[in-house]
Amino acid sequence: MKQDKLIALALLMVAFSAVSGLALITVFIFKEGLPIIVKTGPGNFFLSSDWDPSSGNFGIFSMIAGSLAVTLCAMVIGTVFGLGLAIVLGEFCPPGLAAILKPVVELLAGIPSVVYGFVGVVTIVPLIRTYLGGPGLSVLASSIVLGIMVLPTVTSISMDALRAVPRTYWQGSIALGATKWQTTHMVMLKAAKSGIAAAIILGMGRAVGETMAVIMVAGNTLEVPHSILDPVRTLTSNIALEMGYASGQHREALFATGVTLFVIIMILNTIALAMARRGAGEGRTR
Amino acid sequence: MTDSAEIRAKVRVRNLTVRFAGKETLRNLSLDIYPNERLAIIGPASSGKTTFLRCLNRLNDLQHTFSHTGEILLDGKDVYDPDVDLARLRRRMGMVYAVPEPLPWTIYENLVFGARLAGIRDKDDLNERVERSLKSAYLWEETKDRLHQPAHNLSGGQQQRLCLARVLALKPEVLLLDEPCSGLDPISTAKIEDALVELTASLSIVLVTNNTKQASRVSDRTAFFLMGELIEVGPTQQIFTTPAHERTDAYITGQFG
Repeated sequence: MKQDKLIALALLMVAFSAVSGLALITVFIFKEGLPIIVKTGPGNFFLSSDWDPSSGNFGIFSMIAGSLAVTLCAMVIGTVFGLGLAIVLGEFCPPGLAAILKPVVELLAGIPSVVYGFVGVVTIVPLIRTYLGGPGLSVLASSIVLGIMVLPTVTSISMDALRAVPRTYWQGSIALGATKWQTTHMVMLKAAKSGIAAAIILGMGRAVGETMAVIMVAGNTLEVPHSILDPVRTLTSNIALEMGYASGQHREALFATGVTLFVIIMILNTIALAMARRGAGEGRTR
Repeated sequence: MTDSAEIRAKVRVRNLTVRFAGKETLRNLSLDIYPNERLAIIGPASSGKTTFLRCLNRLNDLQHTFSHTGEILLDGKDVYDPDVDLARLRRRMGMVYAVPEPLPWTIYENLVFGARLAGIRDKDDLNERVERSLKSAYLWEETKDRLHQPAHNLSGGQQQRLCLARVLALKPEVLLLDEPCSGLDPISTAKIEDALVELTASLSIVLVTNNTKQASRVSDRTAFFLMGELIEVGPTQQIFTTPAHERTDAYITGQFG
């Protein structure tokens, strides 16, 4: 009995230290980042594109725009392929093939992001430069790389959502004369829609936060992109690129960039959680 | 209903053997289903009743390990013929499962889903099908004012009658029922049984049931399955009073199963 209590106490402390670590990080980046936002004025900080640390101008709008552009395009690619893959693996392909393909897709998550970036620089960037024009380092290149990187997240969570739909829906629909495809898009996707939305948003969180691969293929110029062939700098790239030599206000401004990212990802995760929970609730209505 | 050979069978099953991953589930089974009859299939668990039912409208196809030999003729045409339109086959042979499984939509949407898939767009036709099928399933009075409410708000017995109505809206020729009353209260059960008796004016019914009393109440003929084989089939009264096989007698009188 005494031993049980000791172990419970030890585990509690481990859990607590993990959570408090997270809390400390949060407090730290807000403490470092918030003052400069207040000082520059939130309007100037978030809505100006003038980022010139040496003359004290800290406007991150071009990076917010860059992050949004890259993330949105990446999610279009990631959703089309990820959801398509989930549907094929879950509903259409023979179980033997699915047993091979699913681990392969999940393996994509284990590849270091620098490798994605490298492959992007060596293959995708020259292709875009040759066939579509522009510098090649661009929104499009980063979106393709990120789109592939979010595939495992989108695919496996969408598959779980589809699998959570009661099998009786599938059977009932088939017995009413629906084809497999009609059943998939009229019944299964509809019933799994909140889980699939959660998958997309979690993938989005991953895409917003990805740094290394994006630095390598995005071009990192400080401009609001006007086409998907323009180079951009994202919020994450900005921190990683300048952290090494920043000091004083410049350093604080980078923390403020981190605060912005932190808030964006928190919002996305909260939405995803809420949707996943709502989806689980719907499945249980009976 | 007489068992004479002159009556042309609606469904003719000949030498049907079914295997799942090589394991025999049905063995060399031959059985006819006549027009406008109610055929009950009884037998202990895992005797192949459900497998038989799911062969008729080819739901077993969905399992990758399924294979079969023999033939199943619907109006003289093999349902496993490669040029059979599966969707149409399943509309002609409607199926109701043991567990009510309305789709997560409104009552009305559940009822018109199959008809819409069949290409019916005309509103009057759809509404007529909804009303007629709900009436046939003894559900009209309870639902006529709430057709656009979620089907999951209905009670279990009502949901099962909705599933029956949903199939009837497709005007099937054969109705396959897999223990449709196993989880229902006596009143819902009675309503479904009444509906089945009236329905045979226009279609044939195959009723798989674990409830031998239900078989004797509802059916014209009864077939007894055991371990994947058809032991005997005959007029229900005969099966329940003077069965030819002692295994049948033993099952009906509750000595096993």
